Amino acid sequence: MTSMNMIQALNSAMDCLLDRDPNVVIMGEDVGYFGGVFRATAGLQQKYGRQRVFDTPIAEGGIVATAIGMGVNGLRPIAEIQFSDYIYPAIDQIVSEAARLRYRSGGEYYAPITIRSPCGGGIFGGQTHSQSPEGIFTHVSGLTTVMPSNPYDAKGLLIAAVESNDPVLFFEPKRIYNGPFDGDPNKPAEDWSRHEGGDVPEEYYSLPLRQAAIVREGADLTVITYGTMVHVSRAAVERSGFDAEIIDLRTLVPLDIETITKSVHKTGRCVVVHEATRTGGFGAEILSQIQEDCFWDLEAPIERVTGWDTPYPHAFEWEYFPGQERVLTAIEKVMGA
Amino acid sequence: MARATRKTPSKPGGGKAASGKAPAKRTARKTAAKRGPAAGEAVIPLPDRDTTFSLYRQMLLIRRFEEKAGQMYGMGLIGGFCHLYIGQEAVVVGLQSVKEPQDPVITSYRDHGHMLACGIDPKAVMAELTGRAGGLSKGKGGSMHMFSREKGFYGGHGIVGAQVPLGTGLAFAQKYQQTNGVSLTYFGDGSANQGQVYESFNMAELWRLPVLYVIENNQYAMGTAVRRASAQAELFRRGESFNVPGKPVDGMDVLAVREAGREALDFIRGGNGPMILEMKTYRYRGHSMSDPAKYRSKEEVNRMRAEHDPIDQLKKRMLAEGMADEAALKEVDREVKAVVSEAAEYAQNCPEPDPSELYTDVLIDA
Repeated sequence: MTSMNMIQALNSAMDCLLDRDPNVVIMGEDVGYFGGVFRATAGLQQKYGRQRVFDTPIAEGGIVATAIGMGVNGLRPIAEIQFSDYIYPAIDQIVSEAARLRYRSGGEYYAPITIRSPCGGGIFGGQTHSQSPEGIFTHVSGLTTVMPSNPYDAKGLLIAAVESNDPVLFFEPKRIYNGPFDGDPNKPAEDWSRHEGGDVPEEYYSLPLRQAAIVREGADLTVITYGTMVHVSRAAVERSGFDAEIIDLRTLVPLDIETITKSVHKTGRCVVVHEATRTGGFGAEILSQIQEDCFWDLEAPIERVTGWDTPYPHAFEWEYFPGQERVLTAIEKVMGA
Repeated sequence: MARATRKTPSKPGGGKAASGKAPAKRTARKTAAKRGPAAGEAVIPLPDRDTTFSLYRQMLLIRRFEEKAGQMYGMGLIGGFCHLYIGQEAVVVGLQSVKEPQDPVITSYRDHGHMLACGIDPKAVMAELTGRAGGLSKGKGGSMHMFSREKGFYGGHGIVGAQVPLGTGLAFAQKYQQTNGVSLTYFGDGSANQGQVYESFNMAELWRLPVLYVIENNQYAMGTAVRRASAQAELFRRGESFNVPGKPVDGMDVLAVREAGREALDFIRGGNGPMILEMKTYRYRGHSMSDPAKYRSKEEVNRMRAEHDPIDQLKKRMLAEGMADEAALKEVDREVKAVVSEAAEYAQNCPEPDPSELYTDVLIDA
């Protein structure tokens, strides 16, 4: 085990993948010569050559589309979209081609591509560098959508994503690239070295997609979350004094509903937390599935903590970002406290 | 190369305004814009004293404003993303000086210079950087997202290339509303590879829209040099297959920018459809404040600063030709510094927006 931050863990995952499978290639804006704006691909072009790790023009539609063409012919491209806010020019290719190719060819063709993309706020990125667009993609059948919350998961899940024969959207919460973030901007930044998720094997391993992780066991209520909000929720739970079970979804679609319902059957109370906007967000889907399965076990209405239904603002970072207070309020509400 | 087109090239310098003739030298395709006049090439004369001083003052204002923004960013007074225009001043100042008041302007996220050149109050720009209520977008847009209807400035767009079709639409509106305006649509060498740029070229030529596409080629798309990501690195040629004429310009020379801009605007205003000007320019700072710019050498940056700085070049001519003495230029420097200090002060003291503003401007009828 080595202590790694999330960038190093992702870099290590891609290193393992390039080393093991000659069909893996990495493409994206600035990923080659420069090593990526967040340094996730640093050193990989030098090690594996420009044939396998290469810069693309700024053309997200073209990046994803060529990756699909490569994937259909047996390659396993990892395409980086520099910020998930830049992914929209590629939506047509993701939705109409990558997601639907297998179905409309009766299973004959598919595109095993992985789209890596930093997402989320808390970095003062304003409107075009802070969004959490995962709910747009969870709505599209034929896609797998993943979001890790720590370096260990990031590496194992990225390897699984690239080895999956389905197209995977792999969103990386950039606020926690260098350390866990509990939602309090006034606390000094932590790094991953003192967090168990920062222990990452240097060698190859993979973690199963579609499997949520219980990051804290508890009996009073269930908090369902993913990405940066796992850490915010943890801090809020500690402050609340309640014995909450915290579930980190890791893969949003296909959803590990068994882990969720098992927990909610046990606790009867539930808070769903995500950073993305509220209306039509992925939280709404979780709520819906929980009430289908657990309605008669519920002791209180389910609460949602989300970003507001506004564009991501420049001036109100911490009013917008769903911090500990908002999670705590929701926990207290479902507990009737 | 043959271009099947209704436009007939004119002799250099011969085009009357709105004559419908093509601008000079746009067939010079094989050579990139040279920096500085070559032997035998006429030196562009300085304009009259007021105009020259105004060009100097505006370039200096942008330079000092951006230096101050960089400083305030370093002090944590500005958060998030901040892309400085230092080194590229001649492009926007030169073009702004030859455009008509009704011509709309739209650009990318490296937009502070464009706003200052449009005559927008530096205080309102700086206050947007600090996210204050007095900012152009009430603090909700930030560095990359600012607008001014009053000054005909349509943003400030954070998504690479997204403003190019928008600028094309602005041009359509000019034509439809018969304003005789030309849409100045700025974008960078990185944007030039976005597919929507070519959709725009096609529509603009097809509908003969009054749009000037200004490619600010500062040599690097974030960390990727033009040649690493462009099959055709002579970006002024990117309109050829749509019959959109293009021309390379020394974008470090404000006088060359003015000359090329005037010709291009006359051509477009004459009803000839769009044109591309590729401004060969250079940014001295990193792509954004978080970019250490390790993809290029210090020597390269220093050479550009020493030999091609747009402000120094103009200053030298003004002194050499007796238009100004050091004292007069120092006075401009003092004036500019006072304006920038005032903006910085305002941006720090202006109140933050009321939290209720978080929910406004989402829908009109909310």
